[in-house]
Amino acid sequence: MRLMLGLAQINTVLGKPEANLEKHLALARQAAQDGADLLIFPELSLTGYVLQDLTAAVAHRPQADDPLFQPLLEASRKIDLLVGFVEEDTRNRFYIAAAYLSKGEVRHVHRKVYLPTYGLFDEGRFFAWGDAIQAFETRFGRAGILICEDFWHASPPYLLWLDGADLFLFTSASPGRGLNSAPILESARWVEHINRAYASLFTAFVAHTNRVGYEDGLNFWGGSTVFDPNGELIVQAPYFEEGVTLAELDLNQLHRTRARLPLLRDERTALVQRELNRILTSRTSGR
Amino acid sequence: MKPIDLTINTDLARRILTGFIRSEITRMGFSRAVIGLSGGIDSAVSCFLAAEALGGQNVLAVRMPYRTSSPDSLEDAQKVIDATGVQSLTVEITRMVEPLFQRFPDMDNMRRGNIMARQRMIILYDQSAAFGGLVVGTGNKTEILLGYTTLYGDSACALNPIGDLYKTQLRQLAEALGVPESIRRKAPSADLWAGQTDEGELGYTYAEVDQLLYLLVDQRYTPQECIEAGFDASFVHKVVDRMRRNQFKRILPPIAKLSNRTIGYDFLYLRDWGT
Repeated sequence: MRLMLGLAQINTVLGKPEANLEKHLALARQAAQDGADLLIFPELSLTGYVLQDLTAAVAHRPQADDPLFQPLLEASRKIDLLVGFVEEDTRNRFYIAAAYLSKGEVRHVHRKVYLPTYGLFDEGRFFAWGDAIQAFETRFGRAGILICEDFWHASPPYLLWLDGADLFLFTSASPGRGLNSAPILESARWVEHINRAYASLFTAFVAHTNRVGYEDGLNFWGGSTVFDPNGELIVQAPYFEEGVTLAELDLNQLHRTRARLPLLRDERTALVQRELNRILTSRTSGR
Repeated sequence: MKPIDLTINTDLARRILTGFIRSEITRMGFSRAVIGLSGGIDSAVSCFLAAEALGGQNVLAVRMPYRTSSPDSLEDAQKVIDATGVQSLTVEITRMVEPLFQRFPDMDNMRRGNIMARQRMIILYDQSAAFGGLVVGTGNKTEILLGYTTLYGDSACALNPIGDLYKTQLRQLAEALGVPESIRRKAPSADLWAGQTDEGELGYTYAEVDQLLYLLVDQRYTPQECIEAGFDASFVHKVVDRMRRNQFKRILPPIAKLSNRTIGYDFLYLRDWGT
């Protein structure tokens, strides 16, 4: 089975979801025409990233009567979509979220679990912490969504793997930083390393869409990637340039790689559980 | 002492910085830039970057000499204008600032220098309105950290593409951009009075202080760790103290909080809000 995946590496208007919606719909139409099955947008693709006090003003609920989601759900009849937005829950907490839309339905919503609140980041000040990491079924097999800092921690991808995800969908609004003599930024190098590592360790497909553009002095570096279950790079979008990059995924590669390298088969989950329980309950925990 | 490598990839810097200038000027509804061109390396780099980002015809370089300004400065600025194809204007500030100097005849060099820097700011912001362009800054990371700048003078700008590059790194970028050699080779100077040089006034070289600042700021070394890494203790303390004393030049003036929502504390929006 083949999956034509589109990485929508876009720039966004800060705090204007309706303007960003137009871009989403236009790119979804074009990608569907180009034969894509699934189009992945970056973190907070409908709102922009450094929202600060705009957070509450741009929040939406991923449901059919929402003015932002109604047209997106309509578009998802032709092409599956992963979109980034600010979600307001029924008790008015705000999350950095990503919604997977397919055939007119919301199939899954992931709320960002790890909110970086250090250095140049201030997410914990404005957003509530997501509290679940779950894989979900798609037309192309079981998938999992993580947002930026979520995959800087090793446990969320590991949990998705155990929950059955073979297709990892990662999204970012990663500010470029760490200029030295190397031809790419330190932030880009690190993200590429760990994406390749997860593909190799979990013998799975890892697709990452990062945004481009600027917000005040911050630049977003793009460079979206797809790695296959052997950890090989299938495609990389250009750095800093807006555009949709298509990648054809041969999903049978899972079969071939796992026949060669049965890491999933041999994973000793009961041992993990036992040792985690011991570590977390022992009096000398907190190491 | 182990050498500290401040080398940057200039292609990458150039790409990010020209994109920054284009983005931050166009989203504010402008397409043009205004730059005070001194003949020194910092404003030359800003001018090259702005010309590359916006096109030379969309950049206005303003030369603002005082009667004691070095003739080399005007000539070097002209080289930048010729190389980048930017529009240019020369506005001499002598007759604008001297009445104020005469009103306070006991004025020292620092006061006179600040007045000249602020007079140049007035001209740049007036040209900003006349030309329909935003003022692009020319301050580098070294001088911002050391506070070697005039508040509301040469530090005033709408956006600054080079403020996260140390002077040493700026020299690399200048070479890659093709900034003429005479500009890159001469001793850095504010040129506020004859014979003034940055390194003479500061008391140390940019090569030295950039390495120390890189450890203190970028690598988060403590002053003691810098001394253990081989820097002279009095040099370290002098620089740390200078950085601290000049924090006021790096932030907006604090507003006394009275209400539940106060600008600067809990009224938080980027400048790019809505764009």
